[in-house]
Amino acid sequence: MMTRSATIGSVSTGHLSRMRTAVQACIQCGTCTGSCPNAFAMDRTPRQLWRLLLLGEMVEIFHSQTFILCSACYLCTLRCPRGLPLTELMAGLKAEAAKRGIGCHRSSSLFYDSFLANVRRHGRVREMALMTRYFTRLGRLGPPLANMGLGRRLMRKGKLKPSWPQKSSAKLDQLFACVAALEAEADGARES
Amino acid sequence: MKSAYLYYPGCTLETTAVEYHRATRALFGRLEVDLVEIDDWTCCGASAAEASSPLLALCLAARNLALAEAQASSSDILVPCSACYLNLRRVAVNTAQLQRVNTVLAKEQLQLAAPPAVRHLLDILSRDVGAARIADQIGRPLDGLKVAAYYGCQCLRPYPVFDDPERPTSMASLIQATGAEVFPWEMGARCCGAAHLTTKRSVGLKLVAEILVAARGADLVTTVCPMCQLNLEAYQGAVSRAVGQDLAIPVLYLPQLLGLAMGLDGEAVGLPLNLALSEALMMRLNGAVAG
Repeated sequence: MMTRSATIGSVSTGHLSRMRTAVQACIQCGTCTGSCPNAFAMDRTPRQLWRLLLLGEMVEIFHSQTFILCSACYLCTLRCPRGLPLTELMAGLKAEAAKRGIGCHRSSSLFYDSFLANVRRHGRVREMALMTRYFTRLGRLGPPLANMGLGRRLMRKGKLKPSWPQKSSAKLDQLFACVAALEAEADGARES
Repeated sequence: MKSAYLYYPGCTLETTAVEYHRATRALFGRLEVDLVEIDDWTCCGASAAEASSPLLALCLAARNLALAEAQASSSDILVPCSACYLNLRRVAVNTAQLQRVNTVLAKEQLQLAAPPAVRHLLDILSRDVGAARIADQIGRPLDGLKVAAYYGCQCLRPYPVFDDPERPTSMASLIQATGAEVFPWEMGARCCGAAHLTTKRSVGLKLVAEILVAARGADLVTTVCPMCQLNLEAYQGAVSRAVGQDLAIPVLYLPQLLGLAMGLDGEAVGLPLNLALSEALMMRLNGAVAG
């Protein structure tokens, strides 16, 4: 447990602390769980996840599949009787898990990362380049094989085009760099 | 009704949803409404940016609003993709971060002060255009077709702007204007599984299966989002095998359905690019041009 928690950090500071504060008013009614279309596939229900966050059990949270399985349908956010920003918190947990490089969420983190690298480079999403890069980095044969049929159908319709190496437009480079600098500054201020 | 809107197509309308782009342009052309594309627009951040950095998500979307503001601040922005719509709209709501966002935008000499209103295509079709205007121009009545209206999530939630976020009805009068019937079902505001079909396939397939099973009895499904459309049309084979029933059903973007009913031909609304069509539907469409 020591090694697992070492990379995860404490809930007393930074983003995790702000997320915990955001669910302080949770009354554990379970409306979120009852509303979630993905709850059937989760190892912890959304209600349990918020309880774990209040208790600061970050190891349990980051090793569950719950937040990764949020498809951002916003039903829980809409229905929460306490008006808590639950979908936003699920996205926040995805971001924190990616930052910590938590292994069991590698495929989702890699997808988000490949997507943003693609957008940074081209300004608009280049789907073929994105999927090629994602599947290469994933390094497993199953996912590309499962998607090959669809890829072929889309290419036959001319909706996807083979991806030749393209020159980067670098249009968004400055924006990404500036956001990263602002965030580093804010994180530094919080730690000191 | 307004005679022009700014237009933010979003990345998928250039690739996997190019027929949505084509149909939207053709439909508004027929309605004599100009769509002026935002110059130099870039990705809205999709769902990936928020899962990486909230500030990045805001800035990627805000860049497009700032471009729109500089181009024509008094026009509303029409957005056909529900995820783009949510991301762009979030910037307007999130005023607490405005100063930081503007610090980032300033690097490109852009600024967000009074951005144009962000509006979903369905909002504009149902409230600005309205069913009566569609009904007036029907050239290919779709009488007898049963249409299941699928809204998905992010055009309704978290910002319930133009419809009930759990039991939406804004497509109903538009469908009826074509002569078609609205198929009664409870799945209109259900989640299609979104990106799970790429990263958590078995979970995504289950959500798609529930929707397609419920659509049995309808002649077609209409959508207003590229991700919903792709998920509902592309996995019909896999889902049919898993469930042991034939769940094949045509899925059309709403502007395709309306455009066809208004007499536009299939090519004009990008129909050959759809992945799920049926011979029965094609014969019905070909035989329905009013003389």
